[in-house]
Amino acid sequence: MSLTPEVVTQIAQLARLRLSATEVETFTRQLNDVLVYVAKLNELDTTDVPPMTHVLDLTNAFRSDAVGAGLSPDEALANAPQQQRQAFVVPKII
Amino acid sequence: MDFEVVIGLEVHAQLLTQSKIFCGCPTRFGAPPNTQVCPVCLGMPGVLPVLNQKVVEYGIKLALATHCQIAPYSRFARKNYFYPDLPKGYQISQYELPLAEHGYVDIEVDGAQKRIGLTRIHMEEDAGKLIHDEQLPVSYVDLNRTGVPLLEIVSEPDLRTPEEAAAYLKVLRNILLYLEICDGNMEEGSLRCDANISLRPVGSTTLGVKTELKNMNSFRNVQRALEYEIRRQRSLLEAGEDIIQETRLWDANRGKTFSMRGKEEAHDYRYFPDPDLVPLVISPEWIEAVRATLPELPDAKKARFMSQYDLPDYDAGVLTAEKALADYFEDCVRSFPQAKKVSNWIMSELMRELKKEDQGIETCGVTPQDLARLLALVEEGAISGKIAKSVFMDMIATGQEPDAIVKAKGLSQISDAGSLEALAREILAANPKEVADYRAGKTKVMGFFVGEIMKKTKGQANPKLVNQLLGRLLQE
Repeated sequence: MSLTPEVVTQIAQLARLRLSATEVETFTRQLNDVLVYVAKLNELDTTDVPPMTHVLDLTNAFRSDAVGAGLSPDEALANAPQQQRQAFVVPKII
Repeated sequence: MDFEVVIGLEVHAQLLTQSKIFCGCPTRFGAPPNTQVCPVCLGMPGVLPVLNQKVVEYGIKLALATHCQIAPYSRFARKNYFYPDLPKGYQISQYELPLAEHGYVDIEVDGAQKRIGLTRIHMEEDAGKLIHDEQLPVSYVDLNRTGVPLLEIVSEPDLRTPEEAAAYLKVLRNILLYLEICDGNMEEGSLRCDANISLRPVGSTTLGVKTELKNMNSFRNVQRALEYEIRRQRSLLEAGEDIIQETRLWDANRGKTFSMRGKEEAHDYRYFPDPDLVPLVISPEWIEAVRATLPELPDAKKARFMSQYDLPDYDAGVLTAEKALADYFEDCVRSFPQAKKVSNWIMSELMRELKKEDQGIETCGVTPQDLARLLALVEEGAISGKIAKSVFMDMIATGQEPDAIVKAKGLSQISDAGSLEALAREILAANPKEVADYRAGKTKVMGFFVGEIMKKTKGQANPKLVNQLLGRLLQE
């Protein structure tokens, strides 16, 4: 398996990261190293092992449909860089 | 070239739970901005979402009602994308191993039945709401809706016309209303519909390039948007041009779909299992327990209306196509147990008025008891059927009870033989020629005499009595 600089650039875009040409080069190499390392797992024969969907051996953790206390609008908006009309303000995106 | 239209719908139904899907915030619509939020739905670091059991129960209900196979083992996934209405940077949804798959619903268009396949039903959380400023280049984010539970229902590409799409949506909405798990309000967005649509040459088995339509907030708009999009795609294809796979927004005011620029970069949601949520195991016992709580569904209700009330197939179909209408009918029949008469009134007078006002039966000012009382007045001979129709119009307009309207307007039927006889004699005396005609065998002029009496009594004379009277007087 080999990761190309194009894929790294695309992943960066999806994550809204701006990478310089040298960074793309560095990360391509580093991510490839990681993948090669992890690829070692493919050497295991897992034919009879059911796929694992969660590390915990737990299922069905539920809450009942009851309303609990939340935050006040002031608390909810406390970390907002910009707020107005009791709402978070963001650049317009349509 | 002739084209075949291929349509599939993705419907999002907001569930009528008290609290959100992964936290205890209320789900009430229309609250002031950011008053129904907490660290979980705001996506603060370190919080743990916990699944609302009722959401699963409602999902099982819908899955059973639409003949789906319910997954014994399902799980939640993160759908990753950046948008200001999504505080975590991902939506908790289901991807692989959804709640239910392989279902169907039956629709009817122009008298023909058709089975529409359901690909899947899955649970997910709703996003927040953006309010765009009219002047400034900013948007206001209200996160009250973030985390409100949704069921996403994906149909197979089995729909061939906009009419079929609308019929499918109506059937699905009706099932949700029967189950009482969604209020089905398309204007408020508690029921939303996206459509995938493509054209292909008739006879072709591969699918053409599709577009995804969004922002259609009524049955009518779904149909109009699809009709527009068919015309647009057809003219492009006929001109030898390519369809671009993209998301298009329906603009109801301009009657057109528009490309959503900026979202054109290929979607890459990088789904992966959400480590915060443990897998969901649904046992056969749980499914059976939920099945036991299922209400009577539209098809079963229709069959019962036909057998219990002896209604024709058509009547039963119309009355059960909406739960509120079916309930209205039954309430009315309880007070006035002549089912076919009630059905006739509901399907003609009542539904015509509701349609005219673009109103639902829920907000109708005439209660089932009032309608039953009106029919009883006709039955008792207190008013004629014709007068009843005008009283009904007043009831619709004012919400008053029929007795009050009849009394206030003096509409009681004249069944007093004495006063009617005097009037009849007067009319016969004033029209000697017609009397002579009648006696010469032209019995058709009877209608003329009846008409004259009705005119004089403003339609209030008891028609049966008038006929008897005239018959007797003309024999004299």
